[in-house]
Amino acid sequence: MTTTYAVLSEGLEKRFGAVRALRGLDLAVAEGTVCGMLGPNGAGKTTAVRLLTTLLRPDAGSARIAGHDLVREAAAVRRRIGVTGQDTSIDGDLTGRENLRLFARLHRVGGAAGRADELLDRFGLTEAADRPASGWSGGMRRRLDLAASLIRRPEVLFLDEPTTGLDPASRTLIWEAVRELTGEGTSVLLTTQYLEEADRLADDIALVDRGRVAHTGSPAELKALVGTHAEVIVADAAALVAAAGVLDRLTGSQPSLDRARNAVGVVTKDATVTLPHLVRTLDAAGVPLLDASLRPPTLDDVFLRLTGGSVAFAGRPGDDKERAA
Amino acid sequence: MSTLAYDGTAMLGRQLRRMRNNPGLLILTQTMPVSMLLFFGYVFGSALAVPGAEYRSFLVPGLLVATAAGGVMTGMFQSAQDVHRGVTDRFRTLPVSRAAVPVGQAAADVLVTAAGTVPFLLVGLAVGWRVEAGPAAAAGALLLLLLFRFACVWTGIFLGLLTRNEEAAGQLGGATFLLPLLSSAYIPTAGLPGWLRTVAEWNPISAVATALRELFGNAPVPEGAAWPVAHPVAGSLAWCAVLLAVFVPLAVREYAHAER
Repeated sequence: MTTTYAVLSEGLEKRFGAVRALRGLDLAVAEGTVCGMLGPNGAGKTTAVRLLTTLLRPDAGSARIAGHDLVREAAAVRRRIGVTGQDTSIDGDLTGRENLRLFARLHRVGGAAGRADELLDRFGLTEAADRPASGWSGGMRRRLDLAASLIRRPEVLFLDEPTTGLDPASRTLIWEAVRELTGEGTSVLLTTQYLEEADRLADDIALVDRGRVAHTGSPAELKALVGTHAEVIVADAAALVAAAGVLDRLTGSQPSLDRARNAVGVVTKDATVTLPHLVRTLDAAGVPLLDASLRPPTLDDVFLRLTGGSVAFAGRPGDDKERAA
Repeated sequence: MSTLAYDGTAMLGRQLRRMRNNPGLLILTQTMPVSMLLFFGYVFGSALAVPGAEYRSFLVPGLLVATAAGGVMTGMFQSAQDVHRGVTDRFRTLPVSRAAVPVGQAAADVLVTAAGTVPFLLVGLAVGWRVEAGPAAAAGALLLLLLFRFACVWTGIFLGLLTRNEEAAGQLGGATFLLPLLSSAYIPTAGLPGWLRTVAEWNPISAVATALRELFGNAPVPEGAAWPVAHPVAGSLAWCAVLLAVFVPLAVREYAHAER
C-alpha cells in the first residue's frame, strides 16, 4: 500500500536578505493525519507555513499540497487548503456574520448565509455575530478566524499557533474542531508552542530547527528517543553514592546527583527498567529508599534534548521578523 | 474575467459594509470639503479676485477635484490597513482573482464619491454656484471627476500595499492634503511666479479643475497656461490614462505576490 501525502515538500529554501529562514525543509504529512511542527522561535515554522500556503514563493525546492504543485498549480492548491495564521486575519470592520458570508461567497459555497450561520453556531459565536469583529475578545476572534478557514471543508488545514494566548475554553473548542475535522478526513499541519497541544492532537511530530526538519516521528517514538527518567531519593549522602552505583550498573548510564535533595536520577532507554525492578535491586543492595519514581519523558524533554541549546536564541531573526518585513 | 467580476462584486460589497459599520473616515472626507467651501469661499473669497468668474463658483469645481485627489489617501489607508491586519494574507490564500480586491476597493470608492458629490453640490448651489453650460457638458464634468477619483484610488492602493502599515499610511496620506495647494484648485495659477506656475499647472489637479470649470461653464481656460491646463479636457484624460496605466498593473502585481 502506498501512502498518499497531503503535504510533501523537498528541499524547500527561503532566504530573507542575509537570513536563511529555511535551508532545505523536507516535510511529509500523510493524508488524514495531524502533523505537529515544533521548534524554537526562529526555527522557520511560520516561514514554512507561509510557503506551503502560497503566501511566499520558495527560492529552491518543491512541494505538493493535496497532489498539486505549490508553485505551478497555486490556484488549485488554494482551492484545497484552509489557513489560520498566527495573527487573526479577519476584517474587524465587518461583523462576524459578514466576514463568514464574504469568505463563503469567495469560496463559491452555495448557500453562503446558511454555511455562515452553521459555523457561527459551531464555534459559539451566534450571540456576537452581528457586532463588528474589532470589538470581540481575542478568543472569539481566533474562533472566527478558524471558522473562516473551514468555510469549505479544506483537504489540508494549516494552523499556525492556533491557540496561542487563548483561554482554556476557547482552546478546548479549537482542539475539538481539529479532531472532528480529521475524523472527516482533513489533514492538518499544526505549529504550536504548547507541547501538550502537539501531544494531544498530533499523529506525527516534525521537530524543526534552524530551517530544517531535525527529527520526525510519532510523539511516542520521539519520547523513546529520549528515554525514561528514573529518580530515587535516599536518607543521607552515603546512601546517595550507593544508590548512584546501583543505578549506573542497572542502566549503564551516568546518573546525576542532586545532593541538596539526596536525590539521584538517570535517563534510560532500557525498557526492562521498571519501578518494581528498580526498587527490588536497590533494596537487595541495602540502599535505604525514601522515594522512587519513573517518569515517562514529556515532549518538553524531547524538545529540549533534540533541539539542543538553540532554544536560548530567542532573538534570532526568523518567525517574528520576517512577518513584519 | 467572470471570476474577476464575481469576486470584485463581493469585494465591493465588503467595502460598502465596512464604510457603513465604521463611517469615521467617510464622514471626515465628506464634511471636510463642505467646511472648506464655506471657509475659503467667505474668508479668502473676500480678498481674491478671479478673472472672469465669481470666486465661489471658481472654488466649487476646485474643491470637487481636491476632494477626488483625496482618493490617494483613502486608497492608501485602506489597503495598508488590510495588509497590516492580515486580511490581505487571508485573501491571498483564497481561490480568488488576484485583481478582485483592488478592483472592488476602487469601485466602491468611486460609488461612495459619486454619492458624496450630491450633498456637496447642494451646498455649492446654496452659496451661488451654478451649472452655466449644457447638461451634457455638466454630465461630462461629473464623469471626468469620477474617472480622476478612480485613478487616484489606484495610485493610493499601490502606495498602501508598499507602505504595509496603517499608521505610516495615515501620516503619508495626511501629506496628500498639500497637493491641491500647489494647483489651481483654490487659486488661479496666473498670479504665481513663473517656475511655481509651471509646477502648479503640471499638477494633474490643475488640469482636472480647469476642465470642470470649463464644462460647468464656471470660468474660462486661463491664457498662456501649460499644455494640460490649456487643453483641460484632453489634459485631464491624458493624466488619468497615465495614472491608470502605471498604477493599475503595479497594484495588481503587488497584490498578487507582495511577498519578498
